[in-house]
Amino acid sequence: MNIGIDLGSRALKMAVFEGDELVECRMVESGFNPHQQAEELFKSFPPCRIMATGYGRHLAHKNFANGVITEIKAHALGARYFFPEAMTILDVGGQDSKVITLNREGKVVNFQMNDKCAAGTGRFLEIMAASLGFTLAEFGPIALSSGHEAPINSMCTVFAESEVISLKNHGVPAADIARALHLAVVSRLAGMIRRQEANAALVFTGGVARNPAIISLLQEHLGSEVLVPSLPEHAGAIGAALHAQMSST
Amino acid sequence: MQDFEIKPYPELWHELDMDVERFDKARQMLGGAYSKIFLSQNNRPQAMAYFDEMIAEIFGGRIKELVQAKKEGRPVVGTFCVYIPEEIVLAADGICVGLCGGSPGSIPDAEKILPRNICPMVKSAFGFKAGRICPYFQAVDFVYGETTCDAKKKTWEILDRLVPTYVMEIPQMKKERDRALWIEEVKDFKAKIEEISGKTISPEQLAAATKVINGKRRALQRLTKLRAANPAPISGKDALLIEQIAFYDEPVRFAAKVNELCDELEVRVAKSEGAFPKSALRVMVSGTPMALPNWKIHNLVESAGAVIVNEESCIGTRYFKDLIAEGTEDLDQQLAALTDRYMRIDCSCFTPNDERVTQVLKEYKDSAAQGIIHYSLQFCHTYNIEEIKIREACQQEGIPYLSIESDYSPDDVGQLQTRIEAFLEQVEG
Ligand code: SF4
Ligand code: SF4
Repeated sequence: MNIGIDLGSRALKMAVFEGDELVECRMVESGFNPHQQAEELFKSFPPCRIMATGYGRHLAHKNFANGVITEIKAHALGARYFFPEAMTILDVGGQDSKVITLNREGKVVNFQMNDKCAAGTGRFLEIMAASLGFTLAEFGPIALSSGHEAPINSMCTVFAESEVISLKNHGVPAADIARALHLAVVSRLAGMIRRQEANAALVFTGGVARNPAIISLLQEHLGSEVLVPSLPEHAGAIGAALHAQMSST
Repeated sequence: MQDFEIKPYPELWHELDMDVERFDKARQMLGGAYSKIFLSQNNRPQAMAYFDEMIAEIFGGRIKELVQAKKEGRPVVGTFCVYIPEEIVLAADGICVGLCGGSPGSIPDAEKILPRNICPMVKSAFGFKAGRICPYFQAVDFVYGETTCDAKKKTWEILDRLVPTYVMEIPQMKKERDRALWIEEVKDFKAKIEEISGKTISPEQLAAATKVINGKRRALQRLTKLRAANPAPISGKDALLIEQIAFYDEPVRFAAKVNELCDELEVRVAKSEGAFPKSALRVMVSGTPMALPNWKIHNLVESAGAVIVNEESCIGTRYFKDLIAEGTEDLDQQLAALTDRYMRIDCSCFTPNDERVTQVLKEYKDSAAQGIIHYSLQFCHTYNIEEIKIREACQQEGIPYLSIESDYSPDDVGQLQTRIEAFLEQVEG
């Protein structure tokens, strides 16, 4: 048995493999003591090799994990688990986004991470959804229901929020504002993807890959297909578990 | 290791009109950082003791030497660029100190006056003067700047209000007429140093000074060659520290100490002993200067278990890879040989500057590195743009490559750590 734990900024994810078979995935909020939270997660499983990834990986290594890999490598492995041919991966999580390019053998050849800024991350969408009075789950579908976007100039979370409020006060439909905000995120992400000369189909991982508006606008923007794994938020944990397996032999 | 301290010299600092109280806090912080980053390393060469001592005495011992020199009427010149010919200062029995700033602590002082969106090295240095929190800056008689990048060029005009600042014109291209101008500028520089020191530089003095500075360069070249061994006999952090100290230490003593260190490293190499295990990944850094105490990238890379084996940088090989041809006692020929040597420095402020791309690839091979991290200070346009060509060359040669643009703030450390670790995973394959 091998376990992968992804200690993200917003959530902890765990994937458990029995041989080649994924037997369990769990997710909880990170909370104040992420490594203790993580220990709760795997406590019911028999002792085995644990590989940590994500923001809190070194803390986990100090406390319980057998080794660490970066989110970059973890998502590369995780994306290949779902799509064995994957060459380009977009991962959008709570606090950062990355684009990873692989060679045919699945090795990372290039990657980018977005810089020090909430724009283009799950956090941006979360704050904007709240300022329009939606839950995160409602936000994507609402945006999809609009065919027309309100003008939004700023991608900075602080300024965008005040723009949203002023648009709302001018009676602009919430769906149009939602669409504009999603478009703003997508054009950021597409910019990152283009920098990397990605031509093969894109695999989209991370919690934001659950958002239907981001997927659809991204396909439109790139003019190509976007593949989403069945468990996009667990791709990192799955990759870490697979690495635990590889490195134990 | 626990009792390491950077020694305080409050009276000396008073004499230099410094903000003593504030500076003393910075001194303590720097001492703490130094213990943590340097003294905690394993398998350090014994000869690093001299350089540790240089840091312990950074705000006292060397400063006293500068103050003493001034009392003797010898000029003490502050510089910001490897294009300023230090042998001319030495020939007039003067002292040249590099004043580049590598600390975030002085940036708020600079940002009261200068725009925020310029290079942190310029801001840090300017802030040291504005806040009166650098004894070196306080000790120099004057500053000799140069026309390289825009940030520096225009800052000289403002800095001149705080300390006399002269400017040497460095051309932007390397054509024959640029060389002619350059030689004239070197002559003007010499005239200024002569005027201020009240001495005339003789060809014998210039020849002797050239020999001294060439000796310093040779010692650093020797150190660089030894780092090519696997296992690396010295950490990248220690080597960078030495390259930083090269800018303010007395050159003859410094070269002797570097050579002593190299003797020790030769024995290590023969015995296959290293500062890092043989399996450690080997990384080369290329790009903008890393001024004292900017140890950010080296610390991150080496904390992740890899070793840095070369710095293609001004605080690095760009400072010492070229020697001045010696052997003539004719002043004009000497100045021409000097100019030719300085013209070989491949700073991105020049266009075109393809020599640098070739040089990066050469150093990559010579140092037996396995990957290159390009490091550019934030808002340094010339290095940031030239990065494109370095990246393309690495892609073509199949060299694992990572580009980092960063300043001195700790804000991006978490993200840089992830990027560097992911890069090392990539190098490992
Ligand atoms: S990078 Fe260029 S301008 Fe800056 S110190 Fe080096 S040579 Fe001078
Ligand atoms: S690093 Fe770049 S911007 Fe900064 S002083 Fe040197 S050349 Fe100028």
